[in-house]
Amino acid sequence: MIVKTVFTRLLGGDRQSDRVVPPSGHTAWLTSFTAGAMTFLAVFALALSLAAGRMAERWSEALARTATVRISAPPEQLDLQTRVVLDVLATTPGVENARALSDEEQRKLLEPWFGPDLPVEALPIPRLIELTEATDGYDAEGLRQRLAAEAPGAVLDDHTRWRRPLASAAGRLRLLGIMSIVLIGGATAAMITLAANAALAANAQVIEVLRLVGARDSYIARAFVRRFTIRAFGGAMAGAVAGMLCVLLLPSAEAAGGFLTGLGFTGFGWLLPLALPVIAAIVAFFATRRAALKKLRGLT
Amino acid sequence: MCFRSKPVTYRIFTIRTAKALKLPSIRAIVAAISSEIRDGSEVRERTVISFENVAYNYGGGELLSEISLRLAPGSFHFLTGPSGAGKSTFLKLCYAELLPTAGHVTIFDREVHSLSRDEVAQSRRRIGVVHQDCRFLDHLPLAANVTLPLTVSNREVSGQDLGDLLTWVGLRHLADAVPPSLSGGERQRAALARAVIVDPEVILADEPTGNLDWEMSLRLLTLLVELNRMGKTIVVATHDLNLIRQAKAQVPARVLRIRNRRIQLAGADL
Repeated sequence: MIVKTVFTRLLGGDRQSDRVVPPSGHTAWLTSFTAGAMTFLAVFALALSLAAGRMAERWSEALARTATVRISAPPEQLDLQTRVVLDVLATTPGVENARALSDEEQRKLLEPWFGPDLPVEALPIPRLIELTEATDGYDAEGLRQRLAAEAPGAVLDDHTRWRRPLASAAGRLRLLGIMSIVLIGGATAAMITLAANAALAANAQVIEVLRLVGARDSYIARAFVRRFTIRAFGGAMAGAVAGMLCVLLLPSAEAAGGFLTGLGFTGFGWLLPLALPVIAAIVAFFATRRAALKKLRGLT
Repeated sequence: MCFRSKPVTYRIFTIRTAKALKLPSIRAIVAAISSEIRDGSEVRERTVISFENVAYNYGGGELLSEISLRLAPGSFHFLTGPSGAGKSTFLKLCYAELLPTAGHVTIFDREVHSLSRDEVAQSRRRIGVVHQDCRFLDHLPLAANVTLPLTVSNREVSGQDLGDLLTWVGLRHLADAVPPSLSGGERQRAALARAVIVDPEVILADEPTGNLDWEMSLRLLTLLVELNRMGKTIVVATHDLNLIRQAKAQVPARVLRIRNRRIQLAGADL
């Protein structure tokens, strides 16, 4: 609705009205440059926000569907308790499958901390059983009680401790991205307001003449609003395209390693940056209109 | 609202100057423009502008005080007084560029303090103002400046009528020139053309002949007299007593003099 209002007024309005305002030098490029630079940054904020959100969601989802049973028992009871736990898990509703990790898999898990030559079989390391839950999920508390009764050395770790901060981090990352975009929008509005005020001050005599011959405030404001909105839209479009090109030219996920996995846009996500110039135009429209009407109200 | 231009089929040469110059009369020009931009539904007020115990204070003391007068439709007034007496201030009060610090100014039966900003703008479309300093938009050509009052109200005038108006004020050949390239006299005439193009009910002129030679002053006066005969209310602030005498020979003009912050009717010496 707002977009329609803005573009109806811009495209359907009185095009003659902007002729009455002389072409202004520095405010023209300042507005376009500001809108372009801010949109460029907004594209990156958007890309990082989406990528961080996707990454955290992926982690969260992967952890959410798996759990681990850790068996700490004397060596002579370890195999027995492992079998008991596997039996229990096999009869637990909501558990899709369960399997004990081999010594080789456990060695690989510990390799980042202890190196590749760790004698796992000679160390009192707990046995790990990995379980994958079904879509419906399982009753974690019930499973804990059964394990405590049948295999005293078994402890169920459903990754809640890890999952909760990850989910929280994902939410904060998204919030951070949105806040960045809002701040960028606010800064754009502030800069355009300053530029509009400068243009209004520079054209004080023009405004005086227009008022003298019977121009309404809305007519005078429209002359400035139309100009600034179009400039902001043009600058923001250039910034968005430049930003998208830079995102496109970022190293691929495979080349950059795991940290950068998924950075950028995917699928329809590539259309999102194209909404930024429209938002910039709307911001410029209302910022300039507010500044112009405020300034004009101060005149007789 | 856009008023389509209609061809003007005839021109009436009513005044001697126009005949001598083989130009159409301003009556015909304004009537032609008027027929294009008016819908005929306007109601004329009994008093176009009135002052009631008006005072104006610039902050450094009172400039005008206890001003009470009524400008009837079709009246012609000259406003005289020494420099700094408040002639320009009086005119600015007439079109609400300034608001009185005391008393009441009424424009077209509306008290100026009660007018919204849009209503002030609307009122100014019924008042043509010729400024002492001839304010123009310097980036626009003369023709665009003259038609500016129509442009801001989304109205149009035919090229022929605009050409006739510019011809009458002797500026047709400068239609594409920008204001900074015009002489003082050319600017004054352009300001007058801009003031009359909307067919205003009131014309306020602040020292309109200040930069003109006598011949051009007479031509401009003739224009104002013609407009007055068409029923326009005219107020001219001037120092030029010869101009006033010339006008009084043609129309029943009243002369107001600002003295000691008050407006008085001038004596028979004029």
